[in-house]
Amino acid sequence: MPKLSAASRHSVSFTVNGVARSVEVESRTLLTDALRHGLGMTGTHVGCEHGVCGSCTVAIDGTMARACLTLAVAAEGCDIRTVEGLGLGPGRLGVLQAAFKRHHALQCGFCTAGILMSLDTYLRRHPDPSREELTLVIGGHLCRCTGYAPIVAAALDAAAELRGAQKHPEETAHA
Amino acid sequence: MGIQGEQFIRPSVERVEDATLLSGGGRYIDDLGTRPGTLHAAIVRSPHAHADLLAIDKAAALTLPGVVAVITGSDLLDITTGLVPALRVSVDARAIAVDRVRYVGEPVAIVLAADRYRAEDGADLVTVRYRGRPAVVDPEAALIPDAPVLHGDVGSNLMSDRSFAYGDPDGAFSTALHSLAVTVRYPRNTGSPMECYGVVAEYDPHEDAYDVLANFQGPFSIHAVIARALKVPGNRLRLRTPPDSGGSFGVKQGVAPYAVLMAAAARVVGRPVKWVEDRLEHLAGSVSATNRVTILTAAFDAEGRVAALDWDQLEDCGAYLRAPEPATLYRMHGNMTGAYAISHVRIRNRVVLTNKLPTGLVRGFGGPQVYYPLERLMQRIARHLGLDPLDVIRRNLIPADAFPYRTATGALYDSGDYRQALDIAVGDGGLSALLGRRDAARAEGRIYGIGFTAAVEPSVSNMGYITAVLTPAERAKAGPKNGAQSTATITLDPVGTVTVQVASVPQGQGHRTVLAGIVADIFGIPPAQVRVTTDLDTAKDAWSIASGNYSSRFAAAVAGVAHLAATRLRDKLARIAAAQLNLKAEDLVFAGGRVSSRTNPDAFLPFARVAATSHWSPGLVPDDVGSAIRETAFWTPPELTAPDAEDHVASSLCHGFIFDFCGVEVDRATGKLRIDRYVTMHDCGVILHPGMVEGQVRGGFVQALGAAVYEELVYGEDGAFLSGTLADYLLPTATEVPDLRILHFTSPSPFTPLGAKGVGEGNCMSTPVCLANAVADALDLDTLDLPLTPAKLRALVAEADEVPPPAGHRPATPAAKPGDRTLRGAGATVVAAAPEAVWALLLDPDVLASVIPGAHGVKKLSDTHFTADVTLGVGPVKGRYAADITLSDLDPPRGATLTGTVSGGLGDGGGTGRVTLEPDGSGGTRIGYTYEAAVGGKVAAVGGRLLDGAARVVIGGFFAALARRAGGTGQPGLMRRLLARVLASTGVRP
Amino acid sequence: MKPPAFDYIRAAHLDEALGALHASGGDARILAGGQSLMPMLNMRLTRPAVLIDIMRLDALAQPRLEKGALVVPAGVRQAALLDRATLVDEVPLLAQALPWVGHAQTRARGTPCGSVAHADPSAETPLCLLALEGEVRLRSRKRARVVKSVDFFTGMMVTARAEDEMVEAIALPLRRPGTGYAFAEVARRHGDYAIVACAATVDSRRIRLAVGGVADRPTARDLPLLDGSALDDALNAFAWDLGAGEDVHATARYRRDLVRHLGRQVIKEALRCRN
Ligand SMILES: Cc1cc2nc3c(=O)[nH]c(=O)nc-3n(C[C@H](O)[C@H](O)[C@H](O)COP(=O)(O)OP(=O)(O)OC[C@H]3O[C@@H](n4cnc5c(N)ncnc54)[C@H](O)[C@@H]3O)c2cc1C
Ligand code: FES
Ligand code: FES
Repeated sequence: MPKLSAASRHSVSFTVNGVARSVEVESRTLLTDALRHGLGMTGTHVGCEHGVCGSCTVAIDGTMARACLTLAVAAEGCDIRTVEGLGLGPGRLGVLQAAFKRHHALQCGFCTAGILMSLDTYLRRHPDPSREELTLVIGGHLCRCTGYAPIVAAALDAAAELRGAQKHPEETAHA
Repeated sequence: MGIQGEQFIRPSVERVEDATLLSGGGRYIDDLGTRPGTLHAAIVRSPHAHADLLAIDKAAALTLPGVVAVITGSDLLDITTGLVPALRVSVDARAIAVDRVRYVGEPVAIVLAADRYRAEDGADLVTVRYRGRPAVVDPEAALIPDAPVLHGDVGSNLMSDRSFAYGDPDGAFSTALHSLAVTVRYPRNTGSPMECYGVVAEYDPHEDAYDVLANFQGPFSIHAVIARALKVPGNRLRLRTPPDSGGSFGVKQGVAPYAVLMAAAARVVGRPVKWVEDRLEHLAGSVSATNRVTILTAAFDAEGRVAALDWDQLEDCGAYLRAPEPATLYRMHGNMTGAYAISHVRIRNRVVLTNKLPTGLVRGFGGPQVYYPLERLMQRIARHLGLDPLDVIRRNLIPADAFPYRTATGALYDSGDYRQALDIAVGDGGLSALLGRRDAARAEGRIYGIGFTAAVEPSVSNMGYITAVLTPAERAKAGPKNGAQSTATITLDPVGTVTVQVASVPQGQGHRTVLAGIVADIFGIPPAQVRVTTDLDTAKDAWSIASGNYSSRFAAAVAGVAHLAATRLRDKLARIAAAQLNLKAEDLVFAGGRVSSRTNPDAFLPFARVAATSHWSPGLVPDDVGSAIRETAFWTPPELTAPDAEDHVASSLCHGFIFDFCGVEVDRATGKLRIDRYVTMHDCGVILHPGMVEGQVRGGFVQALGAAVYEELVYGEDGAFLSGTLADYLLPTATEVPDLRILHFTSPSPFTPLGAKGVGEGNCMSTPVCLANAVADALDLDTLDLPLTPAKLRALVAEADEVPPPAGHRPATPAAKPGDRTLRGAGATVVAAAPEAVWALLLDPDVLASVIPGAHGVKKLSDTHFTADVTLGVGPVKGRYAADITLSDLDPPRGATLTGTVSGGLGDGGGTGRVTLEPDGSGGTRIGYTYEAAVGGKVAAVGGRLLDGAARVVIGGFFAALARRAGGTGQPGLMRRLLARVLASTGVRP
Repeated sequence: MKPPAFDYIRAAHLDEALGALHASGGDARILAGGQSLMPMLNMRLTRPAVLIDIMRLDALAQPRLEKGALVVPAGVRQAALLDRATLVDEVPLLAQALPWVGHAQTRARGTPCGSVAHADPSAETPLCLLALEGEVRLRSRKRARVVKSVDFFTGMMVTARAEDEMVEAIALPLRRPGTGYAFAEVARRHGDYAIVACAATVDSRRIRLAVGGVADRPTARDLPLLDGSALDDALNAFAWDLGAGEDVHATARYRRDLVRHLGRQVIKEALRCRN
């Protein structure tokens, strides 16, 4: 039974976007800080540190998680995915990212990483979501810039593209 | 400049910004590296709305490993001054409290440590002693003669009182058939961008110079304010902004006081200092929009034609007047007649200070506060006369042939055809169908209403408008201020590629994309070959006071000046190419990456070669061209004149038009508002990028929805801040947003280079009142203030008298009045001991120690004054407090008054209770008590829901323990029942 | 907003978790999904010396059926329960209420047991547990005991759990034939804690109405099978008895109005789907 004392620093290991990483943290270090300042992966953002805004959302073992409500030490051995892992390769956007770009689903981009991670996680398990379902998933995030409509449209579009299906008829109406 | 803008329209081009942002590659302030040795700051903030600052004990914090320094206001007294407002008043608006705190959240000390975790550990250990003062929260109450005064030197809370008259309002009011007034109390809200503030600052003592990186958004007139507060000349304050910013909505102007604070702290400690604001700090201590009390009166005829308006505005700027305030009150000065042709206007503007967060820029900046009363009034006039509100609006609109139109108060409206725009909106937006939906809903007994709003959205602020707060004589003395310099720099490098730099400090609006398109079109090269940088460095880049991201100045002004710089450079390149091609410059065209002859396409030079000529072959550059390497253009619109001697104020350059209407339904049982349809028509001149305009409209609309229905920065009557988390300050989410129909009408602005006008703020001005008008229509109301919460709407539809409690039921004590956060309670218990014995217990510190819940170490300072260390908690929420208890009004052994305060890291509380002891007739005592208590600070802000319970548990626990002591042991069953009764009588169900 | 320092224990066995809880003398807290505890830690509203992470305990990972109840151990997350295809048949009330608990993102981590242990008076899971007269299974190093839901919630975030006990599981009675279940709530936004939440069960003998968000704990009342104005009177009495308070979201009157309205609504709905 590992007991990690408050007084010292500890090494935790987990995989981030498929790569094994280790980072030195305190027992109280938040996963957001471990990712951003420990590993230099600043794509995961911090907007509230109390679980409401969703900017920090990552995937842990295939489920959505607020990184600000997760202790780095609790992620030992987990499989973490972040926005930095969404691209198809250097300079190449993934399907969801490209849909966001097409639909102007971001302005300042601060909330975006979290929303992308929620949607990416959700779409892996629910390839054919309705607009309402996607709205509920996006409803777990705050975006202060876009008014959400383009985000919903981008998510629908991406889901359709990922299914290789026809575009949702309602989505094409969106400017 | 008269260039036609159409060529720059690129329907929904994808943004150059996005790929990086979508991949986690953004460079926001907290993503940038810092120098080794940089210290991290945490700020100790006041839990009190108003108190004297007696002492700050740093010692415990300084013993903590990793904590390097604790800096207080007095440590910074010599190296800083206050942040001067636009108004000469002797209010020392410092960024940190020195001897008094005036709002909850005001900085009191800065702890610098190796990392933020340790800095917060240190902040917990800083103990501050305060002596409370009465607070004043309500702007009208702040004007009452015996109100607590925030700034003693001024003598009252009134900072400014100016009256204006335009035309002949007296005449118009005396001859008018009708007159009617609305009173509006506009609440507080804020922009709440998803990224909070950040500052990284350092100081070089040898050069006496500061280098500050901050996600500041302008206006850069504040650069002068910051430099002055740091007591250095402007060239010794290098202010830089990061490449990306996580939204601002005006709010990031308010980082300025923190820039001063961290810069000064860096100077004291001799190391770079980094501070990243957290969300609790942001809500309590960043910037709020002003709350305002307005009485607006109109004189009008039988058709609803308004002849005159009388504005009485009382602006509440919070605890300090900080630059650029009181600008919120004057930003709209030229637009006080909105979209209407009204020639006679009277205005009284007063600015008052209260014990709340100081105010500053928030999207809409003064617009919501003006359009709410104005558009409510238009609806009231229609109701009063039994007319259709749409007809009243239409009748009063400025006619199309009147443009450019000079308003009574001095603005020059550039262009528009309001009636046509309105008619198109009514037609394309489907008003008649909406009216049908209202009829159908009402026929079914549902509560349905329709609201309308017409508004003029000003953009590109005149830097001189704020001087309207000064009298003409004061202005004359200070010298005229006016204009709005925008600037762009275009650089050609040695391989002939193009870089554009602007001082527009974008907050996510895609400036880089739009500018790349505009400049590329001028040079005839693909946009991808133009790079745009928007991070600003005041030491190296071109900028001026108007630089920054506010008053929607980008499309109208910044894009235009980039166009101007590029055109100038292109004309020089044309002459360089003409010399080499032996052609006339006028005969050359820039297209397809070439500079070629208009008539003979074979005669051309590659653009890159021409662009690189000044670097490699200056000899080939015609003498009169000079060089074509870098071009900086500045542009200020001549229309933005200084306020004149009659106080006419051209407050803005461009004036877009908005017409909104909506249908809403109010659920009778729950008071919940459902927005059935919302249509918004915008005339923002030439649209440079449709996708981005839509983004601005949608984003602004949802913020406005927040302001109208969900968001409010709430303060208790005692100044306690009550909406300290994002679970209290509610931003709309995707599930709250209704469908939005956006329509456009285009009247190019003749005053801007590309014909564009601003579009970013309009819905923040029009939407709150449009929704309110619909609700007022639905509920048939005259008076309605924001926010339109379900509880408020339910109260408006509910039967006036609530179903009473069943006979014999004793309901819990209700609050005396709304906003009063006093917790009141009463209870009684019977114990076996006689009153004399109970009395002795009350006065015995050992007994007190055992009955005060969680007390350790009670000290008896006198027979009637005790102090104690207590640990109080409800469930997991525990904190240590210093308690101070006095007994007064002693009436042994019948009664005493207990007055207590507790203060600690989680906040502070105070209360008074009267205890009465009566013989119960069988040797025991009936202990009766009543209490009043209030709690402030962090717990009030973040855990309001906990408070009632907490106070009751603690107070109930005290008396239960007292009863236990007095009643002796051996009767646990009885005691438990007694405790249950005590708790039950305080409203807590056993 | 960074948590204060604490020791962290990742328990590998239930005994370890209970031993650590015992050893800490009341200064430890269980860390389950963290969706309530972590915000409180980040705000420094709570300062435990030790956190005991129980999310890796295999013994607590799976819900199971047992003697007429669905037993949900402490390691089961809200999302996992909601994904359970049979939940609608087993505990229809919880199936109705769970989607109202926060958002998909918080449900993916939060646990029903954590919600019960946390005892927020507005929370949906404690409300359902109380409406169904379920039980809380507590275990300390020395003993295990079962507390009825009516006895478990004793105040605002205060419960009958002793400092050295953990909530090992909650047991939710399975759907009984002839009983109808209904849930409704009003919150400011979707996913917010309820201003008022109501859950009702109705069978051939009685109505049981539970209300959250009004008193300092979820509160239930059994009523005979009333309707019409008798039901109105009973609801009105209940509404007043809950001692509603005011906060930034709602007035006391509004809360009472909602108790009367939502109470009636869920009772009607439960009656309707009784069969
Ligand atoms: C944005 C947001 C919205 C939310 N909205 C809602 C909502 O609408 N309704 C709602 O009900 N909840 C809501 N929650 C809270 C959420 O449901 C929590 O998950 C839940 O209250 C606690 O479960 P947890 O597993 O996360 O517990 P934790 O946060 O880990 O623990 C909570 C408390 O319970 C204790 N604890 C946990 N498990 C045990 C155990 N097995 N034995 C003993 N003690 C234990 C902990 O020590 C701690 O004191 C919301 C949370 C967030 C962040
Ligand atoms: S930062 Fe994690 S939810 Fe806001
Ligand atoms: S894009 Fe700025 S917050 Fe969402």
